[in-house]
Amino acid sequence: MDTQDHHHHHDHHHGQDPPSDLALRVKALESLLVEKGLVDPAALDAIIETYEHKVGPRNGAKVVARAWSDRAYKARLVADATAAIAELGFAGRQGEHMIVVENTREVHNLVVCTLCSCYPWPLLGLPPTWYKSSPYRSRAVIDPRGVLAEFGLILDDEIEIRVWDSTAEVRYLVLPQRPKGAEGLDEEALAALVTRDAMIGVAMVAPPMAPA
Amino acid sequence: MNGAHDMGGMHGLGPIAPPANEPVFHHPWEARVLAMTLALGAWGKWNIDASRHQRELIPGPDYLRMSYYEKWLTGLIDLAVGAGLVSWTEVDSGRPAAASVRAHPPLTAERVAAVIGAGGPATRDVAAPRTFAIGETVRARTINPIGHTRLPRYVRGRIGIVERDHGVHVFPDTNAHGLGERPCRLYGVAFKARELWGQTAGARDSVHLDLWDAYLEPA
Repeated sequence: MDTQDHHHHHDHHHGQDPPSDLALRVKALESLLVEKGLVDPAALDAIIETYEHKVGPRNGAKVVARAWSDRAYKARLVADATAAIAELGFAGRQGEHMIVVENTREVHNLVVCTLCSCYPWPLLGLPPTWYKSSPYRSRAVIDPRGVLAEFGLILDDEIEIRVWDSTAEVRYLVLPQRPKGAEGLDEEALAALVTRDAMIGVAMVAPPMAPA
Repeated sequence: MNGAHDMGGMHGLGPIAPPANEPVFHHPWEARVLAMTLALGAWGKWNIDASRHQRELIPGPDYLRMSYYEKWLTGLIDLAVGAGLVSWTEVDSGRPAAASVRAHPPLTAERVAAVIGAGGPATRDVAAPRTFAIGETVRARTINPIGHTRLPRYVRGRIGIVERDHGVHVFPDTNAHGLGERPCRLYGVAFKARELWGQTAGARDSVHLDLWDAYLEPA
């Protein structure tokens, strides 16, 4: 709890302009751009609506659930992820060139962008703050086990870790292991199990809750 | 450039401390910065490599101190002024100059879904040599360009194996500086964790990067 409180504090106040000041600067810039006819305020609203409500990790979860349910789809997904993902209607900005890496009992994959914040937007939406933060970007490549431990994921030493540093316009999605106890679930129920963090590789997909 | 952004392998930058149930935007202004960056980009005055480089040019101490969207705001203003879309006087006052003629924004609300859905592929349908074969051992070149590069310091001089041919992609090192796309072959290259970090790294672990032809030499 302490660390989370500290992080919250850090995000908002540590060593930067007070948020109200930034908010004012942004407001002034927007009104300038609108007055000069450089941006359409309704277009700004539409972009925000897209990434706040339409495009997010539920898209990626559908891809994962399909791969878990359909062997032929999974083969296509691993062979040509961009095309297989487009079959489900997901494509576009920051997902133009996709690679899917599969977790197994022997191999665990983890995605990072050490140089900036590259992330598969059409499948996961915009990246969370921690993904874009210096602590994650700096340490994911040198100490993946330590990083995963901070997310509460302790991997056996025998498991091979592959870290994918997104240095070009290729974007990576982790295909998590299907959890035990998920047999017989349909795609929608499977998709409901899949989390954003599991598709970045900082978590496993938890088994479904036993029916009450 | 060997800037603060090239941080792969650094220690001491603090705990990750991921919060539970984080919202997409922490403040409404963050959403406006993201949207303005996309909307102003539609003028075609700069490309994605130039906008990344602009954020890298934020002085190191500020880069490490600023929040993510504060860096985006800083980079956006610098780009817009550099491209002549706005002047510093206008940014400081928040008002258009007296002689300013009202423009027509290229990205309208009706076009947003189509533009986001189309994206901007980095592949180019041109011939480019395939210098390295899949399975070949290569060394990442030791270079220290003062401009934009996507070759992180932590792999320079290290030996890896080519594991994938991604085709021909725009070369960021020139594209960021208005020197042309100069598309060339992009490879997926695997580096053993111990090659990068020494014997304390996991024996089976590896780090994989996407690297352009010009970043590599035969090993």
